[in-house]
Amino acid sequence: MSHAFYVAVSYVAAFAVTFGLIAWVWLDHRARHRELAQLEAAGIRRRSARSEVAQ
Amino acid sequence: MSEPSLAIRKFSDLANPTRFLALVAILWPWLAGLTLCLFAAGLYLSFTTEGDYQQGETVRIMYVHVPAAWLSMMCYTVMALSALGTLVWRHPLADVSAKAAAPIGAGFTFLALVTGSLWGKPMWGTWWVWDARLTSVFVLFLMYLGLIALNRAMDDPVRAAKVSAVLILVGFVNIPIIKFSVEWWNTLHQPASVVRMGGPTIDPEFLHPLLVMAVAFTLLFFTLHILAMRNEILRRRIAVLRRHAARAAGRKGGAA
Repeated sequence: MSHAFYVAVSYVAAFAVTFGLIAWVWLDHRARHRELAQLEAAGIRRRSARSEVAQ
Repeated sequence: MSEPSLAIRKFSDLANPTRFLALVAILWPWLAGLTLCLFAAGLYLSFTTEGDYQQGETVRIMYVHVPAAWLSMMCYTVMALSALGTLVWRHPLADVSAKAAAPIGAGFTFLALVTGSLWGKPMWGTWWVWDARLTSVFVLFLMYLGLIALNRAMDDPVRAAKVSAVLILVGFVNIPIIKFSVEWWNTLHQPASVVRMGGPTIDPEFLHPLLVMAVAFTLLFFTLHILAMRNEILRRRIAVLRRHAARAAGRKGGAA
């Protein structure tokens, strides 16, 4: 195999790991946001959020 | 009593997760933008500078392999400092920091191992040898996986925080072993050529793209780390809300 092959696979691996980590952080954030919105819709709020609503 | 200094006050302000989340919201777009610019410059330099007279084009693997290897150790060092924060100062965000950093560290250690293997095959003639450097980095990868598994296995975050903080600090012994393995033992892996007494020994042609890529990867780590910490804070808030809701429902059920 040529040297270019090893270089190309290394950069593909670097992109895959980087984008994998970015996707993990992004998808996790979206899921947590959705979960918080569902709880809020069910009337379950943090005490500080409740006092903000009351003001 | 005298007023605490500004630096201490700022640090303790960060103990408030809501303040930390507000800071992350301001900080992350700037960090991400800067990371992107540095990666653009680093990748440009990585592919426009000369190849090595002996290694040829494969020297370009260094621009992703070395930053990934540095980050694998830096991430563990950040986790060890966070573990101290948990055990000594009981900083509420220290455990969040350690837990959020582990998957990122595992990712970069995996990348260092894979790119090292892809560099080793054409240069050494083998994908892998069990020499001290490669083995100690492999052990670091297993430690990251172990810490992730431990955090997932324990339901009580306070207990999980203490146990993993102790384990992180015990495992920190591996970091100097990794760094000095190439000096203490006879390894196939080359000795240090950038961070060493007497300065770097590599040509500026290779050093410049390497340093730009190293800074880009470091900023990428911090961007991902603060965003993963934000996710972890939200996860804990959700767990507390669910617990309160279940308790309130139990009280209502009991009263009826």
